[in-house]
Parts: sequence; C-alpha cells; structure tokens
Amino acid sequence: MAETRSRTTAQGPDANTSRPARPDAGGAAATAGGSAGATQKITIAKALNLGLRAAMERDPKVLLLGEDIGKLGGVFRITDGLQKDFGEQRVMDTPLAESGIIGTAIGLAIRGYRPVCEIQFDGFIFPGFDQIVSQLAKLHFRTQGRVKVPVVIRVPFGGGIGAVEHHSESPESYFAHTAGLKVVACGNPVDAYWMIQQAIASDDPILFFEPKRRYQEKAELDTSATPGPLHASRVLQEGSDATVVCYGPMVRTCTDAVRVAAEDGHRLELIDLRSLSPLDLAPVFESVRRTGRLIVVSEAPGESSIAAEIASQVQQECFYSLEAPVLRVTGFDTPYPPAKLEEEFLPDLDRVLDAVERSLRW
Amino acid sequence: MSSPEYWTKPWPSSSADIPPPSESAPAAVAARPTAEQVIAGLRATSEGGPDLVQLLTPEGERVTHPHFDLDIPPEGLRDLYRDMVLVRRADRECNALQRQGQLGIWVPLLGQEAAQIGAGRAMRPADMAFPSYREHGVAWCRGIDPTELLGIFRGTDHGTWDPLEKRFHPYTIVIGNQVLNATGYAMGQRLDGKVGDGQQDDAEATIVFFGDGATSQGDVNEAFVWGAVYDAPVVFFCQNNQWAISEPMERQSRIPLYQRANGFGFPGIRVDGNDVLATLAVTRWALEECRSGNGPILIEAFTYRMDAHTTSDDPTRYRLSDELEAWKLKDPIERVRVHLVRSQFADAEFFAQVDAESDALAERLRAYCVDMPTPPPERIFSQVYAEGSPPLDRQRDEFLTYLSDFDHSGGAH
Repeated sequence: MAETRSRTTAQGPDANTSRPARPDAGGAAATAGGSAGATQKITIAKALNLGLRAAMERDPKVLLLGEDIGKLGGVFRITDGLQKDFGEQRVMDTPLAESGIIGTAIGLAIRGYRPVCEIQFDGFIFPGFDQIVSQLAKLHFRTQGRVKVPVVIRVPFGGGIGAVEHHSESPESYFAHTAGLKVVACGNPVDAYWMIQQAIASDDPILFFEPKRRYQEKAELDTSATPGPLHASRVLQEGSDATVVCYGPMVRTCTDAVRVAAEDGHRLELIDLRSLSPLDLAPVFESVRRTGRLIVVSEAPGESSIAAEIASQVQQECFYSLEAPVLRVTGFDTPYPPAKLEEEFLPDLDRVLDAVERSLRW
Repeated sequence: MSSPEYWTKPWPSSSADIPPPSESAPAAVAARPTAEQVIAGLRATSEGGPDLVQLLTPEGERVTHPHFDLDIPPEGLRDLYRDMVLVRRADRECNALQRQGQLGIWVPLLGQEAAQIGAGRAMRPADMAFPSYREHGVAWCRGIDPTELLGIFRGTDHGTWDPLEKRFHPYTIVIGNQVLNATGYAMGQRLDGKVGDGQQDDAEATIVFFGDGATSQGDVNEAFVWGAVYDAPVVFFCQNNQWAISEPMERQSRIPLYQRANGFGFPGIRVDGNDVLATLAVTRWALEECRSGNGPILIEAFTYRMDAHTTSDDPTRYRLSDELEAWKLKDPIERVRVHLVRSQFADAEFFAQVDAESDALAERLRAYCVDMPTPPPERIFSQVYAEGSPPLDRQRDEFLTYLSDFDHSGGAH
C-alpha cells in the first residue's frame, strides 16, 4: 500500500476546522484580551503573535526576551510589531547568549515578572540547558513553593524546512524528562493562540514547542471561544480500527494519514497529545481499549523518547486490550541529517500508513 | 562619593617585571608574556597589589584611603567583631559535625569572615542577595539563623528560609548560575522603578556572590554582559579565595580579576577581603552606586580560604603550608581584635562575653543538628509544581499506599 502512494503530503482540510472548541475545564486564560469575538482564518505564526499580544495586554508583568525579537520581529516574525506597541522594556532584544536569556528570565520571574523567552531554533537551546534543568525546573521544589518561576520558553522545533545543522531538532524529550518543567506543543492555529496564553498565565515553567514548518498553515480562529485546559490531550478524529497519537508538526501529517486510511476503509482514531509533560494519557488508554491498536508518531528520535514513554505506559495499562504491539513511527536514532535527506528521516504519510497496515495485519 | 578614577588605569604591576622581548622574535609574539611571566605577575599581586583598598592593616592599624573611608563608632566595630567571631564559631562547629558524621558535607568559610560580614552589613533591608553555597556569613547578616543552613548539609531539605522575606536567595551549587539569576532580578528592580537619583527611600540593589573559579564560567561572563547592557543595579561580589578546589588563580585568569570589569564596561575594584572595614566601605559605596543608577560594579574581595573547599577535599595535596601560614598573619578577626584593644574600644569583659555567646551558639547548633527529624516521604513529591501534575499525584498516592502496607504489617521500612 505504502509503495503505491505519492511522497508528497496529501492536501486536506486543516486539523481543527470542523470541530468545536471544548468548554473550559479550568484553563488559566479564559478570554483573549482586546480581540474578543473576532473569527478569522489565520496562520499558526499569526495566532502566536495574537496570543502574545493578548497576554501582554492582559498582564503588564508579561515580558518578552530573545535575540532579534524586537525590530526584526523574530526570525520567524512571531513577535512582529510587539516592540513597537509595547516598548523596548517589554520586548527586549537581548545579547546573543541563550543561558543569559534564560538565566536573567529566572531572575525577572523571581522579581514578579512573567518572562517569555524566544529561542531562535531548537538546536540552540542547549547553551541554556543548564539554567533550565538546574534552576528553572527546581526552584519551586527547592523553596517548597516560596519562589515561583513562571517562565515560558518558546522553541520553534522540528525539521522539514531545508535548514542547516542545528535548525531542525526535536529536543522535547530532554525537558519532559526533567521534573519541575512542563512541556507543551501546539499543532494548529487555534491551539497556538490559546495555549501560549495559558502557558504564560501558568505559575509553572513551561517549554512551549512550536512546529516551525507548520507556521504558515491556516485555520479559522474564534477568539471569543472558551479554550479547554492546557494539559489535556484531544481526540481530533474518532475511529475504531486503530489509534494514532501524535503532537506538534505530526498533527498535520497524521490528519492526512487518517483521511487517506479512511479512503481504504480504515477508521482510525487520532489524538493530539498537546501536553508532553504532564502527559494526559487517559484518552489514549480509553481509545486503545476500544481499538486494540496504537501507533505513536513523532519526529524526534524514538529511543528513550516521549513516543517510547507512551508505548510503555500503554502496554502497562492496556495489556489485555492490545491486539498488536504498540508501534512507533519516529525520526531515526541519528543526528538530524543534511537537509536533502530529511524527507527520508521525517515520518511522512507513507510511513504512518505503513505502520497502520502492519498493526492491522498483526 | 564620586566615582574613583583609578579603576580605568591599566594593570600597573607587571610591565616592569617582564623582560624585554628577544630581538630575534617577531614583535607581535614577543609582546605577549609567557605563561610563566603571567603567573609571576599574578603572584606579585598576592599581597593585593597597589590598587588594594585597605582600611585596617593586618597589624590592626587603622589607615585611610583617598576614595573610601568609613566613619564607624566603637560600637559598630564591636558589632562587626562579634559577627565574625560568631559565624566562625558556627562554621567550626559545622565542620566538626561533619567529621562526626552528623552532616554529609560542610563548606567552610574559615578565613572569609571579613569579606562576608563586610558585604552583608553593607546591605539595606530591601536589597537582595544571591549566594553561592559558602555565604554563611552573609546569611547571618540577612537574619538567617545558622540552624537553617544545617538541613542542606544534613540532607533534610534544600534550605528552609523564605528567600523573598529574608531577601536572600537559596544557596546555588552549580557554579555561576546565580550570577545570571541575580542580574535578571536586578533588571526587574530597575523595571520596577527602584533605581533612581539616589534620594529615593525605596531604592534597591542586588548583590551576588561567587568565587574566583566561577569567573571562568560562561554564565558569569554573560551576566557581566547583561548587567552592562541593561544597566542592572547589581554588585558582582567575587570572593577571590585563591583556590577553586585544587586549581589556583593562574588557572582562571591572566589578569587580576577586578580588571576584567573594564572589558565589560563597568568599574572593578579590588578590596582587602580580610579587612572588614574596607569591605564594608567599598560594598556600601557600590550598592549605593547601583541604587543611584550607576551599576553594575565588580568587587574582587582579595581573601584566602583557610580550610578545604569542602570537607571532602584535602588541601595538603595541592598547596603548601607556608602559604597558609602567611595568610594566617592576615587573619580577618585577629586584626579587629588588636585594633579594638589598642584603641581601648573593648575590654576583656566584652571579649569574654562574645566568647560565651559563641559557645552558646555552638551548643545550640549541635543540639539542633542531632535532633533534626528526617522529613516524611511526602516531601519527595511536595511542591514539584505550582499547579500540580496528575501523573505525579498518582505516583505519590501509589507510593504512600505501598508504604502504608508496611505499617499495617508491623514491619519497619
């Protein structure tokens, strides 16, 4: 089946256009300041920009820090126009050092601010790794809650943009492995808009992963809707034959795969994790108990990854319901390859469908 | 006080000592001193060098300084002496408690009492301090009882004080991390309008403590960049105790540390870190500069670690005893005692009273330490997140249920 398919990504409806927003179940940011009531078709990039703007309008303690985020608007223009409207004190073009950005953001948070750091590319977060895992993650625990560090670190992540080395990595598992951090990934404009606001409103430090190759994908956004909770996975498509779990850039890939599989008569259930730490796996367990099959899809190398964690937990919780082993479709356990080979490295429609076929044939 | 000008001078000590380059060598190469020459130059500054700010000599003689002086009454001198004696006694008691197995490790401050008490007493209540892990004397000045330090080293907690109430951040063990955190905090003070014309009653500054070894860390250098770029009201207080565990100063720098500030665009000052008066005067001035909007400032407190880095290392393996003996002659407490006696600012009764007080402190510390309870297992899961985590809550509940099964069966765990 897979051999017969085109390697180009199938065109289909965006993942979120046809489903209603869930009612609020405790989400921290209930309304969008300043732009309520407007429905518009926008990109993930623009949704993030509007979300940041809404958070800054709502709370004067929200600050943005990062390289080139002011006049330039960030290398992906996510912060476009924000310095012009909020000033250089709230949108800070920083010196070029990631540990400096994160380390000073921690100090600002201790002082009562809510800093939002931008890391230009995934592979550049490692100079700041020490501050993230040694200080940011542990201060609340170390001080038994006396010191809160509500820092958000935005990381454009994943491949598929033909970039040079260090610009296409998926480091989310490092942070999900660190207690004290929360890790989320948006996969569509609606989530981008709401989740960034909820992350900023949270008192916990949050790594916010943005699917950079999906920045320009569009969907209808209703800024007057009420968002669901931040740390909840979401069933995007109901089905009964097998369950597919994904997040971030793979949401679009898997949405396409579910649609194509349906043409072959396979009804797949699709779940967007959204929150990578904590994981909300109850809907996954419930789904696997019905379908008996699970395929986990992620761009990150699979070994010791979030995909591995999900596979492990599902076999632990759903052992007697499984009709086939949990399959993982991931990046390979290699450094990210040169751009001309990334199409081979990244899970695509065909690899997802191949895994579905293998699971169904078991 | 106006800003001293001499910190912009080039390093004065070494050029005359360095031999002229060989005529056959290319000029660019010859102009660069050899490693041996640099080390010789650094050692030439082991007395602190000509720029060292000092107000009380090792012999207990009061001297003046053109830019920094201190008008301090006899009572103030006695208080500083008392502070230093008590923190030294607490330090020695904790060292002994480690040797007796009551503490897992201890980080001695012996020899650095003047640097820490001078800096700590220069702070105002609203100022914020970020320590590394040796700042027991600064903690004392912030009103943190020495018993509150014990849990860190006995393994019962990571610090029990409220950092925002005491204005004293938790101890930071990763070298240099706290210097960036402090700089960010100081940026927040500026954003809050707490830095002004020097006349404000609510003006604030931040002071951050680190050692000579930390100056090699990227975080410290990044903090210098951030502090300068954002005019952060932060005093970078480097206690140069000459040794980073077993690595001497010449493994960290080719120039005296205080001169590094020039390269980042703010003042650097070297103070006699064994002179509590000079440290107090210089730090008080630096904090005021920061509150007035003229920060940041680097202070290098030139001092000496008289004991091991921690109770886990053995200084006899890496340094000579004559070095230690030389520094004993510069003891920070002894010179104040001599000064108090010579000036007739204190009598035998005063010294006996301080000694009795330090005995009582040591006794209280010991009793507190051996009676400290081990926290309940819930502590493992407590306050990991501000807003909780359902999977972690489940893990905690399962573990506590597991433990309770042992209780029901009457077994110990």
